[in-house]
Amino acid sequence: MAGNETKRPRRRRRRIHLSKLYTLTCTQSCFKQDHSRIGGPGYSRVVFCNEPDSPDADSSNYSDNYVRTTKYTLTTFLPKSLFEQFRRVANFYFLVTGILSFTPLAPYTASSAIVPLLFVIGATMVKEAVEDWRRKKQDIEVNNRRVKVHKGDGSFDSKEWKTLSVGDIVKVEKNEFFPADLVLLSSSYEDAICYVETMNLDGETNLKVKQGLEVTSSLREDFNFKGFEAFVKCEDPNANLYSFVGTMELKGAKYPLSPQQLLLRDSKLRNTDFIFGAVIFTGHDTKVIQNSTDPPSKRSMIEKKMDKIIYLMFFMVVLMSFIGSFIFGVTTRDDLMRRWYLRPDSSSIFFDPKRAHVAAIYHFLTAAMLYSYFIPISLYVSIEIVKVLQSIFINQDIHMYYQEADKPARARTSNLNEELGQVDTILSDKTGTLTCNSMEFIKCSVAGTAYGRGVTEVEMAMGRRKGSPLVFESNEDDVEYSKEPFVEESTVKGFNFRDERIMNGNWVTEPHADVIQKFFRLLAVCHTVIPEVDEETEKISYEAESPDEAAFVIAARELGFEFYNRTQTTISVRELDLVSGKRVERLYKVLNVLEFNSTRKRMSVIVEDEDGKLLLLCKGADNVMFERLSKNGREFEEETRDHVNEYADAGLRTLILAYRELDEKEYKVFSERISEAKSSVSADRESLIEQVTGKVEKDLILLGATAVEDKLQNGVPDCIDKLAQAGIKIWVLTGDKMETAINIGFACSLLRQDMKQIIINLETPEIHSLEKTGEKDAIAKASKESVLLQIINGKAQLKYSGGGNSNAFALIIDGKSLAYALDDDVKHIFLELAVGCASVICCRSSPKQKALVTRLVKSGNGKTTLAIGDGANDVGMLQEADIGVGISGVEGMQAVMSSDIAIAQFRYLERLLLVHGHWCYRRISTMVCYFFYKNITFGFTLFLYEAYTTFSATPAYNDWFLSLYNVCFSSLPVIALGVFDQDVSARYCLKFPLLYQEGVQNVLFSWRRILGWMFNGFYSAVIIFFLCKTSLEPQAFNHQGKTPGREILGGTMYTCIVWVVNLQMALAISYFTLIQHIVIWGSILVWYLFITVYGELPAMISTGAYRVFVEALAPSLSYWVITLFVVVSTLLPYFVYSAVQMRFFPMYHGMIQWLRYEGQCNDPEYCDMVRQRSIRPTTVGFTARLEAKRRSVRRSESI
Amino acid sequence: MSSNMASSSAGSGDSSAARKNSKRPKYSKFTQQELPACKPILTPGWVISTFLIVSVIFIPLGVISLFASQDVVEIVDRYDNDCIPAPARTNKVAFIQGAAPKSCNRTLTVTKRMKQPIYVYYQLENFYQNHRRYVKSRSDSQLRSPKFENQISACKPEDDAGGKPIVPCGLIAWSLFNDTYTLSRNNTPLAVNKKGIAWKSDKEHKFGNKVFPKNFQKGNLTGGATLNPDIPLSEQEDLIVWMRTAALPTFRKLYGKIETDLENGDTIQVTLQNNYNTYSFSGKKKLVLSTTSWLGGKNDFLGIAYLTVGGICFFLALAFTIMYLVKPRRLGDPSYLSWNRNPGGGR
Repeated sequence: MAGNETKRPRRRRRRIHLSKLYTLTCTQSCFKQDHSRIGGPGYSRVVFCNEPDSPDADSSNYSDNYVRTTKYTLTTFLPKSLFEQFRRVANFYFLVTGILSFTPLAPYTASSAIVPLLFVIGATMVKEAVEDWRRKKQDIEVNNRRVKVHKGDGSFDSKEWKTLSVGDIVKVEKNEFFPADLVLLSSSYEDAICYVETMNLDGETNLKVKQGLEVTSSLREDFNFKGFEAFVKCEDPNANLYSFVGTMELKGAKYPLSPQQLLLRDSKLRNTDFIFGAVIFTGHDTKVIQNSTDPPSKRSMIEKKMDKIIYLMFFMVVLMSFIGSFIFGVTTRDDLMRRWYLRPDSSSIFFDPKRAHVAAIYHFLTAAMLYSYFIPISLYVSIEIVKVLQSIFINQDIHMYYQEADKPARARTSNLNEELGQVDTILSDKTGTLTCNSMEFIKCSVAGTAYGRGVTEVEMAMGRRKGSPLVFESNEDDVEYSKEPFVEESTVKGFNFRDERIMNGNWVTEPHADVIQKFFRLLAVCHTVIPEVDEETEKISYEAESPDEAAFVIAARELGFEFYNRTQTTISVRELDLVSGKRVERLYKVLNVLEFNSTRKRMSVIVEDEDGKLLLLCKGADNVMFERLSKNGREFEEETRDHVNEYADAGLRTLILAYRELDEKEYKVFSERISEAKSSVSADRESLIEQVTGKVEKDLILLGATAVEDKLQNGVPDCIDKLAQAGIKIWVLTGDKMETAINIGFACSLLRQDMKQIIINLETPEIHSLEKTGEKDAIAKASKESVLLQIINGKAQLKYSGGGNSNAFALIIDGKSLAYALDDDVKHIFLELAVGCASVICCRSSPKQKALVTRLVKSGNGKTTLAIGDGANDVGMLQEADIGVGISGVEGMQAVMSSDIAIAQFRYLERLLLVHGHWCYRRISTMVCYFFYKNITFGFTLFLYEAYTTFSATPAYNDWFLSLYNVCFSSLPVIALGVFDQDVSARYCLKFPLLYQEGVQNVLFSWRRILGWMFNGFYSAVIIFFLCKTSLEPQAFNHQGKTPGREILGGTMYTCIVWVVNLQMALAISYFTLIQHIVIWGSILVWYLFITVYGELPAMISTGAYRVFVEALAPSLSYWVITLFVVVSTLLPYFVYSAVQMRFFPMYHGMIQWLRYEGQCNDPEYCDMVRQRSIRPTTVGFTARLEAKRRSVRRSESI
Repeated sequence: MSSNMASSSAGSGDSSAARKNSKRPKYSKFTQQELPACKPILTPGWVISTFLIVSVIFIPLGVISLFASQDVVEIVDRYDNDCIPAPARTNKVAFIQGAAPKSCNRTLTVTKRMKQPIYVYYQLENFYQNHRRYVKSRSDSQLRSPKFENQISACKPEDDAGGKPIVPCGLIAWSLFNDTYTLSRNNTPLAVNKKGIAWKSDKEHKFGNKVFPKNFQKGNLTGGATLNPDIPLSEQEDLIVWMRTAALPTFRKLYGKIETDLENGDTIQVTLQNNYNTYSFSGKKKLVLSTTSWLGGKNDFLGIAYLTVGGICFFLALAFTIMYLVKPRRLGDPSYLSWNRNPGGGR
């Protein structure tokens, strides 16, 4: 036998009819009424399986299996990206002015206008191209994956995914992804079942069983498909993952197809060697792609607001141009007999007094071009540059690098950085995001005694906080990132149980040793796990449907009850005999498996042990189990209940174990009844079965309880606590069961025992009874009413409590109800309720629902949302949210590919938001404000000068001074501000999480602040212009008696502007590194260099600026004296303002700066006090939990 | 030995390759945004000392500037109105455009000793040399070199006369100022040096010494002054000065220099030819005699402004000192952390 199996060493279990294990599963799908609709509208798809060459198949012309996610193709790139570019109003405006600058209308030369525009557009297009190229590479990888396809003669050939077409027969092997939506024909198992992991679709980790039709199950070899023909009619492509209606015509007979036969693209074949399937939907028709929405191009809130500012600036430009044109028109009209030196009698249309109104209209265009300096052309490109650099910093952050997986953080799209600083609500996936998706057996309570000294992540976090906060504070930085998983001495996956009392066989000496024995025996026997024995090492590994089942079996093994073999009817266990103290092998005959489902919330096996005793072993949720205990089985009930509550509060999944002995007669009755129930074909078959099983699963004897930790990722409770302190709301959206979700809620401190849970579901008897009748409309109506009623009740509770801190509410809603709660007429009430609750957990939600919830929060609330998830089922949510953060975990890359930012662990979210988010928000908002400030300062001097030229649109400065202002003399400091500025260091960002509220409340980019900066720009311009004008008018300018001309006034004013805007920057930033010094002083220096060098160019190029600096400005003292005076006077008002504000009305960051400056942050006690004071009453997180505990202690003391 | 070397180098290569393959970001103060930086905040000390420093610098500078301005002696004489005979004043434009003699005598009195060089300016007001049409109406290449004589496209309508290009073309040259001043002191002529009144760079690089006026003022309309066609443009300093357009509608331009001192009480007779038409746009004309200081001409504004701002800063320094004293604050006093009480109300 061993020789036989050298090729496949792990195949001992091969011959089992696995479908027998699932006693209760309805494997035979029944004809439902839906099938009658086939052929009608919406159900018109026709597939000829295995005859792709037939003429009929061609005619239907379904899409191929090529999937494209890129934004552009080679041909559409240029027009489409240009269109995208010029859709930005500002760019379009510059395009228009650029074109106009070639006409005589232009106040400046065309080249000086067009060069910056080309630069700006070109830079952005290159960025687009690079980003799309990355997506393209990903597409190529997916489309070129290979799969075995039937060639037509009974042999299979490997082909690329993209070449698949509808009707092909494919063979998919173990651990491969399905390339398209397939109808399962047969598998390596005789009864055509296979296991599918749908992690990428719905995030559920437990394997799903799919089963092919009986008629096709025999096609288990390649050659069977020679000449195989089938004809499938089914529904049209749609996005519903859980429904499928179709029929298969085989040799003249019709067989119904249901979701049970449908294998979805992007799910994975597990525990099955191979399957054969027929391709039904390809490419963009597949359900998973139908479910995904187009990658939206996201824009941050700041950018949207920036557009509004740009419109405001446009308005100002138009207004100024209008004023100018009006005055220009009036003066031009009067020119004819007056300003003879302009030769008004022989004028072009632009200055013709006889047609002054036309001239005024033309002038309007000229003025609009001249004042275009109000709108910073380099704004977009500077922001793009800054954001790319910011993303590099995010990518480079060593504190967000995950050593174990070798994964740094990766900002995939850079245009959302500042949005990270404004997140109001986080919508989180559970599996793989909050949890590691591994279960660990950590505690148990047997016979009323609690065992297990393992410490959960929550308890660790709480312990740290409860222990001396001072210590925690002082070495916070060390703790923060060095808390890698504590080293475990044994590394058995799924087992984290420490208790010397029962480990290593010590349990025999415990009191109630017999109970302990029964307890672990139950764990070893009552399950549906399949063992796999590695022939070489004799080590046993288990393949289970769900990781917690595996955890039980592993725990039993580690404690001496090794389950090592399973046949169709028996389970073999090696266990310690209590009497002899020796290891013996025991065989249990499995008579029945009463499976787990969400209504029963328990599973049982009925076994016959070697003595012929009939035992019913049962494990289940506490609420169903306690009521099924017999009177004499409640010996340990009190203690067990306490323990279970304790475990649940610590976020552990608990199950109650109990057993009973059956006598022959009783079993006989049951056995008859169950087979009767199973063979019934009526609609209430399942309830019949439930009745029968319910009758036998009673009068149980309690053994104890288990506690399994759905292991949270490292640092999750800590992170959630910090985020809660920062005032961020956290919602959990999961595809998992409600119980699991609630457990995780407890584990993450999103839920507490003293929280009131508002649970909305449709598990009411009325709905159930309606479901049996199968009237869809009636069910929908009743369900909706029920959901609405529950929501209204919830709201009433909320209102009644008055929203006090101690009465925090938690909303838990399941997918079915969510479907109704998201209806247009209900969703607003639902949102109101949800916003009023401290925590919201949506369970059993489909990817689409996740996306819908996200949209609801985003649009209904108007606040910024961040979605975080790791699976393909989160893709919709990630794309819908303002920011999608993907966890680059072990599973699939879909989430990461559609995310905006990818991080390796949930806990990095803390640093990503509180540090990088805050910084980026602050940087970008300050930067944008500053941009408008500097352009107003510059542009408004142009306007003021116009007033002295009768608005004839003479620029005050040389052409190249104009166009280089934004590029050379003022842009680098802003970019440096955008990249490097820090109001407070990372350490303080984390220490005072409330600082984050600056972003959420958008104080740094409020209209008040924006207008304030604009005002600053206007008055700076006024001061600069009038001081320069008055100082230089009209007397001699140097001691050689030369009087100032246009170029001297222009040069002096320009110098003042360059100084003022750069020094203003120096005043505004709070973080001076060498770089800041270089760019600020450098920019000023560059101006002097430029004017010198430019002045030395031949006079033909430099025109008016020829040698102006060398000859006129620099040698004359008055130039320097005026510069000094103007610059200082212009900055003085701002300086006074910020001195007063900083001292007497500091903003949050200002206060922290004071604290740092005063050095009081080194005083741990003081700092803790300040921090505590800065914490808003939070309702979730372990800080809140500690608070609640303290309160309850106080309450009990006062009583 | 050699194999040893090879293996060791290969080994080190391996390990460095492994390090390279790791995606761990490299630590540097730059990438971790931990660069050493000074983080200035506006502490009372900084604020007060800034104000004090500004006032300490500004007040003396203001005093010096004011003195400099006071040192300058300036004689301004507006003559546009007076130089029109009383009967003609009802229609000044007609007079100035007519053929009647435009000669006019003015007497200036020196009230304070003026040291040479004394600059003679003409000041025009309400004259828009900065009008866009005017500013652009010139051909720099034509001015520079005879080769580009025909580059006159920008000069319309003063581009050609009877099909021949005008040199210098354009409105600026065409409207050249043509009042002339003849000065005498106590009946002895006072020499006005008209050399060296233009910027050197203009003379040397913008106005060619081989470019001679051609067809100038030969068009249908005569604008301002005529030019001697035998003198190259680089020597026509009046033109060069005029062609540097003024920034503002009120401007002075150098007419010449007097290179002798003028004593207090001297009277100066000016015989001027009032040719230039500023009447149609009601512009004033002034004759200005002025000395200069290191700061240029007479303008008290800068000195006063310096004093004012210096004074304000001194006052602000006092005010802030008082404010900080009256409203002392234990810095970092958590009770100032007002966001505790009002998390929503960001100030």
